[in-house]
Amino acid sequence: MNSFWAVFKRELKSYFATPLAYVFLVVFLVVAGYLPFKNGFYEARQADLRLFFVNLPMLFAFMASVVAMRLWAEERKVGSVELLFTLPVTITQAVLGKFLAAWLFLGIALLLTFPMVVIVCYLGDPDMGLILTGYLGAFLVAGGFLSIGCFFSAVTKSQVIASVLSLLTCAIILLIGRPSTLNFLSKTGSGFFFLPGAIVPAAGIAYVILLILAWITMGELALLGALWFPVSWRGTEDVVGVLEAMSLQIHFDSMQKGVLQFGDVAYFAILIAGWITACAIILNERKAS
Amino acid sequence: MIEVKELRRSFGPVVAVDGISFSAEKGQVVGLLGPNGAGKTTAMRMITCYIQPDSGTASVCGHDILTDPIGARRSLGYLAENSPAYPEMTVGGFLKFICDVRRITGAKRKQALDRVVPMCSIESVYHQSIETLSKGYKRRVGLAQALIHDPDVLILDEPTDGLDPNQKHGVRKLINEMAKDKCIVISTHILEEVEAVCSRTIIVARGRILVDSTPKELKEKHHATLDEVFRKITQGKVA
Repeated sequence: MNSFWAVFKRELKSYFATPLAYVFLVVFLVVAGYLPFKNGFYEARQADLRLFFVNLPMLFAFMASVVAMRLWAEERKVGSVELLFTLPVTITQAVLGKFLAAWLFLGIALLLTFPMVVIVCYLGDPDMGLILTGYLGAFLVAGGFLSIGCFFSAVTKSQVIASVLSLLTCAIILLIGRPSTLNFLSKTGSGFFFLPGAIVPAAGIAYVILLILAWITMGELALLGALWFPVSWRGTEDVVGVLEAMSLQIHFDSMQKGVLQFGDVAYFAILIAGWITACAIILNERKAS
Repeated sequence: MIEVKELRRSFGPVVAVDGISFSAEKGQVVGLLGPNGAGKTTAMRMITCYIQPDSGTASVCGHDILTDPIGARRSLGYLAENSPAYPEMTVGGFLKFICDVRRITGAKRKQALDRVVPMCSIESVYHQSIETLSKGYKRRVGLAQALIHDPDVLILDEPTDGLDPNQKHGVRKLINEMAKDKCIVISTHILEEVEAVCSRTIIVARGRILVDSTPKELKEKHHATLDEVFRKITQGKVA
């Protein structure tokens, strides 16, 4: 068996070896199932899952932070990281194996919400394509947040710090795209920056690189500073547009409309690849410290 | 089988290993001996490719640790200090995971488990989770993990630390049994252990090799017990 699969299998099993997995699943399913009904699922009299999907990003911000916090923090705390990296396993195999196991775990949690689909199918005649892209979007959001959690788990040995930092980052990435935030930013923008909209991918990559550099050169406080960077980056309408495009929210929203655009999928792919790469680099740096 | 050339590694201002070179062949049991903080663990971590040296290199069974770390790791078994493991796993599950990573599958896996489990006498705890084990059992599970692929090179970091006298005796007996067809490097600061198992002893202090000799020679040369020799050498009274 390939070392990647070995790590993947062990990680997935370890979720179910402790009561942790079941507690998560129950909490997730209860909250995910409760919120749509509280927000008027029946009253809307529409056979779709819009009210179900709309809560998922925020819920996943919490879930993914908690699921990902143990990935590397625990490994380093217990010392088993020394065992893992003296076995014939490369950093890439280990990082990917663990990340994908956690992603699959969240995928299982997401699949277990199938009664919602059964309900709308029973009550009406829903657009299955819309539901499928909805689930795909939710799964990609879970992956994006997990990759962030994975990174912070490699940054610190403390699971609590890892989960808080990751939740903070997830919330920022999510909330900068909310209309209220964008409104506020465009009103208070002081016009220091005149950036064209085409700079979006470059800004995203530069941001991740900045984060890594800040961490390596200056340590934890600098990292927090770097995290606040996009938030403090107020400016003209254009910059607000950039921030909006960097936010996870609008890419998720457009998938909820049943539109599967290359740009949206690419956004998630870049987000995940960027944070996972950062995770591997950081882990290589500090596995022994 | 192990070639170490001028390995050097520092952590910030502290030089942990300061240019260590030695080589060891099949059939040798090399004891790395030194006071705490001498750089024994750091040296072993570099040979097992866990951390990278600042300069210098080493090779294990012909696999260079810088250019082919996976090959080097594949041909060695390593028991780290405190024998790290996954606490929530059972002993059986843990050993099977090691087999998976080392690509030992099917009938070979059963063979390997049947060989290694009685060898380390962990049959009685096979289905127990590792966090419930005593230190001695944990250490032996770590040893089983290091032996499962029957490696040519075995690197053991303080293998008897924290064991009771009977268990210490057991581990030493095990090392002696394996000595003839493997190359074993153990680190320790217990001198009686050196006399009991090592065919060669390398005394390290402050990251440098001070003496590379056999326990017998050392005693004859200095006309003293190993204990006194060690103190003399590491405290710098005799060069």
